[in-house]
Amino acid sequence: MRLSSKATTLLILAAVIAIAPVFFPSSYYFRVGSLIFVNGLAVTGLVILIGYAGQISLGHAGFAGIGAYACALAPVHLGLHPALAAVLGALLSAAIAFLVGRPILRLKGYYLAVASLGFGILVSMVLSNEAQLTGGPDGMAVPELGLRAVLKAIGIDLSNTEFWYAFSGLVLVIGAWLALNLYHSPTGRALRALHGSEVAARTVGVDVAHYKLVAFVISAVYASVSGSLLALQNKFITPDVAGFMHSIEMVTMAVLGGAGSVLGAILGAAILTTLPQVLTVFQQYEQLMLGLVMMLVMIFMRAGLLPSIARRIRGRAE
Amino acid sequence: MKLSLTTTALALVLGLAAPALADIKIGATISETGPASFLGDPEAKTLKMLVEEINAAGGVNGEKLELVIYDDGGDPNKARTFATRLVEDDEVVAVIGGTTTGTSMAIIPVFEDAEVPFISLAGAIEIIDPVKPYTFKTPHTDRMACAKIFEDMKKAGISNIGMISGSDGFGASMHKQCLAIIGDYGIEVLADETYGPTDADMTPQLTNIKGKEGIQAVLNPGFGQGPAIVTRNYAQLAVGLPLYQSHGVASDGFIELAGAEAAEGVRLPGTALLVAGLLPESDPQRAVVVAYKEAYEKATGKPVSTFGGYAHDALRILVDAIKRAGSAEPSAIRDAIEGTSGLVGTTGTVTMSAEDHLGLDLSAFRMLQIEKGGWKIVE
Amino acid sequence: MPELLQFLLSGITVGAVYALVALGFTIIYNASDVVNFAQGEFVMLGGMITFFAHAAGLPLPLAALIAIIVTAGIGVALNKLAIEPARGAPVVSLIIITIGASIFIRGATQLVFDKQIHRFPAFSGDQPILIGGATILPQSLWVIAGALAVFVCLWLFFTRTLIGRAVLATANNRVAAQLVGINTNYVMTLSFAMSAAIGALAGVLVTPITLTSYDVGLALALKGFAAAMLGGMGNPKGALVGGLLLGILEAMTAGYISSQYKDAAAFVVILAVLFAMPQGLFGRKSTDRV
Repeated sequence: MRLSSKATTLLILAAVIAIAPVFFPSSYYFRVGSLIFVNGLAVTGLVILIGYAGQISLGHAGFAGIGAYACALAPVHLGLHPALAAVLGALLSAAIAFLVGRPILRLKGYYLAVASLGFGILVSMVLSNEAQLTGGPDGMAVPELGLRAVLKAIGIDLSNTEFWYAFSGLVLVIGAWLALNLYHSPTGRALRALHGSEVAARTVGVDVAHYKLVAFVISAVYASVSGSLLALQNKFITPDVAGFMHSIEMVTMAVLGGAGSVLGAILGAAILTTLPQVLTVFQQYEQLMLGLVMMLVMIFMRAGLLPSIARRIRGRAE
Repeated sequence: MKLSLTTTALALVLGLAAPALADIKIGATISETGPASFLGDPEAKTLKMLVEEINAAGGVNGEKLELVIYDDGGDPNKARTFATRLVEDDEVVAVIGGTTTGTSMAIIPVFEDAEVPFISLAGAIEIIDPVKPYTFKTPHTDRMACAKIFEDMKKAGISNIGMISGSDGFGASMHKQCLAIIGDYGIEVLADETYGPTDADMTPQLTNIKGKEGIQAVLNPGFGQGPAIVTRNYAQLAVGLPLYQSHGVASDGFIELAGAEAAEGVRLPGTALLVAGLLPESDPQRAVVVAYKEAYEKATGKPVSTFGGYAHDALRILVDAIKRAGSAEPSAIRDAIEGTSGLVGTTGTVTMSAEDHLGLDLSAFRMLQIEKGGWKIVE
Repeated sequence: MPELLQFLLSGITVGAVYALVALGFTIIYNASDVVNFAQGEFVMLGGMITFFAHAAGLPLPLAALIAIIVTAGIGVALNKLAIEPARGAPVVSLIIITIGASIFIRGATQLVFDKQIHRFPAFSGDQPILIGGATILPQSLWVIAGALAVFVCLWLFFTRTLIGRAVLATANNRVAAQLVGINTNYVMTLSFAMSAAIGALAGVLVTPITLTSYDVGLALALKGFAAAMLGGMGNPKGALVGGLLLGILEAMTAGYISSQYKDAAAFVVILAVLFAMPQGLFGRKSTDRV
C-alpha cells in the first residue's frame, strides 16, 4: 500500500482536523485549533515561497493586514458582504504583491529580507497612522460573516468556536490541496529548479523572474486570506496583524516545521501556536523558553522538525 | 507517526490544562511583556500581591481566591485566546485585564457572550460607552484626562496649544479623545506632531512647535520613555512654554528619567496615589493609597505607578462585589459590581450604575506640578 | 536657518546611534555572512548592565567597562552555543536562530534585572551647546565621536592588520582560509566578541539620550540592520554613511513633511536605493556560484 505523498498529506490533515475534537475537553481547544488552521494557511503560502522557490520574506504579515482590514473596511465603506470583502482583500494583495514583487525579488538573501521587511513595516505603519479610517493602534470592529446563521437555519447548530474550527479547517485543507497540486505542476517544477540554482535554471530556459513573482503573488494571497479569516473570527482587528513580529512568527512556523513540506509547515504552525499556551505554566520564563526552542530546533533539525524526524525514522528502518 | 506526533502535542496541552480545584477562581490577561509591559508589569505584580494579601487575611466570604493570570504580550489576538481559555477552560467567575485599549476591545465579545464580568484596565471611552452589560473599567477615560488638562489651561488663559503625541495605542487614543472635546474649551491646536514609541530624539517636532507663532502651551499624550525624551528635548531647546504631560507618565520614575531639572514645572493630571504623602489627613483616599503604596513598594522594591493602581482598584471592586453578592456566580457578581457605591480606590471614589460602568468623575484627578524633583498639588 | 541646523543636528545624533548599531553588524557579517539580529540586544545589555552596576555603587566608567566585557562574553557564548553548531545553515535558519537568541536574551534580562525604563547620567552634563541658533547635547557629541572612533578602528582593523584580513578571508572562502593557516574558529570567536563589545559600547554611549529597558533591542536592531543594508552590508563605511543618512532622513521628514511618516520615508528611500543598487551604496559585488 503506497499512497502518493499528496493524498497522504491531505488524508492525514483531514483526519486530524476531523478526529481531534473528540479529545477536546472544552471549547477553548476549538479556538486554539482554529488559530492553528489560520496560521497554517499563511504558512502553506510561505511553503510555496520559501520551500518551493527558495525566497525569503520578512514582510508577509503586511498581506495578512491587507486581508484583515479589507474585511473590516469594505463592508462599511463599500457595502460589500464580508466574504466578498475577503475576496477583494485577496485580489488587492495579489495586485500589490505583483507590483512590489518584481523589484523586490531581484534582491537576494539579506537584501531581499530587508526589502520585504520594509514593505511589511510600511503597511503596518499606514494601518496605525490612518486612524480616521482604521481606528489607529486601538483597532476596529469587523462585521459578522453570517455563515453560522445560515448553517443554523438549515439545522446545523454550531457554537462560535466550533464553527470557526470547522470553517478554517476546511479552508486550510483546500489551501493545502492547491499548494500540493502546484508542487507537481510545471510551475512547481520550475520553482524547484530555481530554488536549486538560479543560474542553472536560467540556462535551461526557466524565466526566473517570472516564476519568483508567481510564487510571491500566490503566497501573498494565502497570507491575505489567513488575515481575513482571523479578522472575521475575532470580529476585531488591530494593526498588530501586519506587524513585524507576525511576519517573523509566520516564517518561523514554516521553517520550524519544515518549509519544504506542507504538512511540516502546518505542524510548525501547530507547535508555535500552542507553545505560548503550553508555556504559560513557566510564567515569566515563557520568553526564555520560546527563544530556546527556536534556536534548538534550527540548530539540531535544520530541515525543520517533520523532515528531520521523518529522515531519522527512515534511517532507523533501513 | 505524523499523526501520533500531533496527538502527543495535543495530549501535552490537555495534560497541562487539567483544571485545579479552587474556591473562587478569578482570571486576568495582562500585557506583562511586549510594548505595553511598562503598564502591564505593575498591574500583574499588584494583582498577585493583593490576592496573596487577601488570602492571608482569610479570603473572601471564607473562601480563598485563586488568580489565573496570563501574559498576552499586548497582542489582541493572543489576549482573545487567553480570554477564551479563562472562560471556557479555567472557568473563572470574573476577569480583570486588557492592559491596552486594543486588547480590551478584542476580548470584550468573549465575556459578553459567556456572561462573565470583565473589568478592563485600559483608558479609551469606547470600552464602556455604549454600556455593555458585563464590561466595566477602572481607569479614568482618556477623555477625562484631556478635560482636566484643558480646564487647567483655560484657567491659565491658554487658548492656542501645540500637541506632540506618541503614535502607540496610548498616545494615539488620548490624542483622538482630546481633539474630540478640545472645542468645548475654546482651545485650538496650532501644531500637531507625533513620534514613534522607540524614537530617540524629538527635537525636530519640538522645533516646529516652538517656531509656530502664538502657541502658549504644549501637551504630550504618551507613556513610557517617549514623554521623558520629549521633556528633555523641551529643556534642551529652551521652548519656555508650559508643558503638560498625561496621566500616562504619572510615576516617580518619570521625574527620574526626565531629570529633575528638565521636568521642573511640568504639569499633569494624576491620581491621589502619586501624592499619597501630600494628602491631608481628612482626604478619604489617603488611607487607601498610603496602604497600597507601602505594600507595593515593600513587595517589589519599585516605585508605585498609576497603572498598578488601576489593577488595585479592579480587584477591590471585584472582591467588594463578591462579598456583597454573597456568591461567586458570574451574574450575581455582575449585578453587585454595577451596584458598587462609594468604594474608595486609588483613582477616586467609585459609584457605578446601570448607565455608568466606570463610576468616576473629574474630581478624582488632581492637577500636579513637578517642583524640585517632587510632586505638588496645584488646585 | 536655525531650524534646518536643528533638524540636521538631531538627524546626526540619531544617525550616529544607528551607525553604532550598524557597525556592530559589520564584523560578524564579514566573518561569517551571518546578520546577527541579536545585535540590538548587545546594545540593550550595554545600557542595562551599566545602569545596574552604576546603581549598585560602581563609578560610571567602571560600570561601563564591566558591561562591555560581560556583553562580549555573551557574544562569544552566542557564537559557541548557537552559531557554530549551525554552520552552513541557510540564511532563513540563521535569521531565526539569531531572532531566537534575541528573544532569549530579552527574556533573561527581564528576569535578571527588571522591566522598567532606566537612564544614567550623561558623561559631561546636560547643558546644551549652542551652535548658530540650534542646540546639541554634550552626550550627542560623545555618541558621534564614538561612532567615528569605532569606524576608524574597524577600517584600520580590516585594512591594516593581519587578523582583520584573516576575518575577511574567512568570510570569502572558509576552506581556503583554513588552508592558508587561518584559525577560522578563533576568527569567529573574536568577531563575535568584538561585535558584542561594540554593541555594548553603543548602549553605554546612547542610554543617557535614548534611555534603555529590556525591550529596546529589537527596534535598534531593525534600524541598524536597515542602515547597514542601505550602506551595503559588511562595509564599515557603508554602516557609518547608512546610519547617518537614515537618521538625517528621519529628522528632515519629521521637520519638513510629517512626523507621522518619518519612519515610512526612511524605508521608502531604502527600498528605492536597493532597487537601483541591489548591494546597497557601498556593498561588495558577489557572483552566484553554480
